[in-house]
Amino acid sequence: MVNSRASSSNPARIPALGIRVLLLMAASILLMVLDHRQNHLDALRKAIGAAVYPIQIVVDAPFRLWEWLREGTSDRGELRLEVSRLQAERLLTNARLQRLSALEAENARLRELLEARSQVRDEIRVAEIMAVDANPYRHNIVIDIGEREGAYDGQAIVDASGVVGQIIKTGLTTSQAMLISDPSHSLPVEVNRNGLRTIASGTGEFGRLDLPFITNNADIRPGDLLVTSGLGGAFPAGYPVAVVDTVNRIPQEPFADVTAVPAASLDQVREVMLIWSSTANLQDKEEPADE
Amino acid sequence: MSSAGGLHRLPVILSIVFALMLMVVPMPDWAAAFRPDWVALTLIYWAMILPRTWSVGSAWIIGMVLDVAQGTILGQHALALCFIVFITIRFHLLMRVFPMQQLAATVFAILALYQFLLFWINGVAGVDVPAVGYWGPVITGTLVWPFVLIVLRGIRVRVQLGQ
Repeated sequence: MVNSRASSSNPARIPALGIRVLLLMAASILLMVLDHRQNHLDALRKAIGAAVYPIQIVVDAPFRLWEWLREGTSDRGELRLEVSRLQAERLLTNARLQRLSALEAENARLRELLEARSQVRDEIRVAEIMAVDANPYRHNIVIDIGEREGAYDGQAIVDASGVVGQIIKTGLTTSQAMLISDPSHSLPVEVNRNGLRTIASGTGEFGRLDLPFITNNADIRPGDLLVTSGLGGAFPAGYPVAVVDTVNRIPQEPFADVTAVPAASLDQVREVMLIWSSTANLQDKEEPADE
Repeated sequence: MSSAGGLHRLPVILSIVFALMLMVVPMPDWAAAFRPDWVALTLIYWAMILPRTWSVGSAWIIGMVLDVAQGTILGQHALALCFIVFITIRFHLLMRVFPMQQLAATVFAILALYQFLLFWINGVAGVDVPAVGYWGPVITGTLVWPFVLIVLRGIRVRVQLGQ
């Protein structure tokens, strides 16, 4: 003990510490440039991601256990209440669905008339959120579906009430996704009422989106539903994004100050849905044929 | 000494894995801004106590893991952790004999430097984060430092008794 203390407090310093720090910092800078400029490091990121996966599973375990316990121990009255609530909801949804199938059929017919490809049906799969970014100003989440299940970069993610975000990096079994409220995220939307096209950008707050490019004389008012326009290519058309909250027309400025509230509850979801839109499916099917 | 250090790496690795877990535990939005940098605190302690075993190389690797776990630019935390571990090793003899308050002040300075490096890299890379958001982890990190110190000291004493 005395010996080890004496040797570790030896003034002879750790060999070549300064050089090692300089080399490692240069390596980090090189990595950052490669990672930021082009996405060359996906393979490396995936390899490290596979090593981190057990940590995420362990961290997630108590939450899963809690959910499981809560489901297992909720009493009969609560369950009956929930069953009746779900039945009512199902009735309502069925009624809506009937209308939807009629509309879908009509839409297909009209599209045939226009000789356009039908794009109404999308394939959907439920994913669970495993982690959220520790940095509160970057609204990123990690979900438990990755390349193995067919997820791809730019894939749209929705929940029961609206668009949640899109995948930005896929791993083998997990993917990282950016929420629509992230300050660096924007998506093309249109006003459901009149088809006015614009862009909705994230603000860093879960409950607010900005619509920065609405002219002062544009026909938009609080309560308008914004849906995806499908024009950016990433999101399939027609999913609800947000409801316009405030419209503040400033006479001196070229654009009005318009904010909207996301339709999806971005900070409360634990399950989300991934959409394979029909155009992306076509691409997927064409790729193997090329190989 | 190095072989004995090799035998007793496991508790240190487990403490770092636990710190990584604390970094990815989901937290409510308001609390996440004040999440202490557990990994940085743990590495500062081990670099101070065992500077030969836990040096800049291991800090760099752990930083890469942290980058992937948090989805930041690959190399950002690696660079910042590597640098603060370097500073810690430079002053580890002094830090060992510092009284509690002075050590806490030093840790505060190191954490501030760490956050500043992260902030700087974010700025260069164009990641938009308000500068105010960086102070939360520095303050909470300094506040939880005594507890980290007590827990890790307990681990270290147990490891050395095991020798």
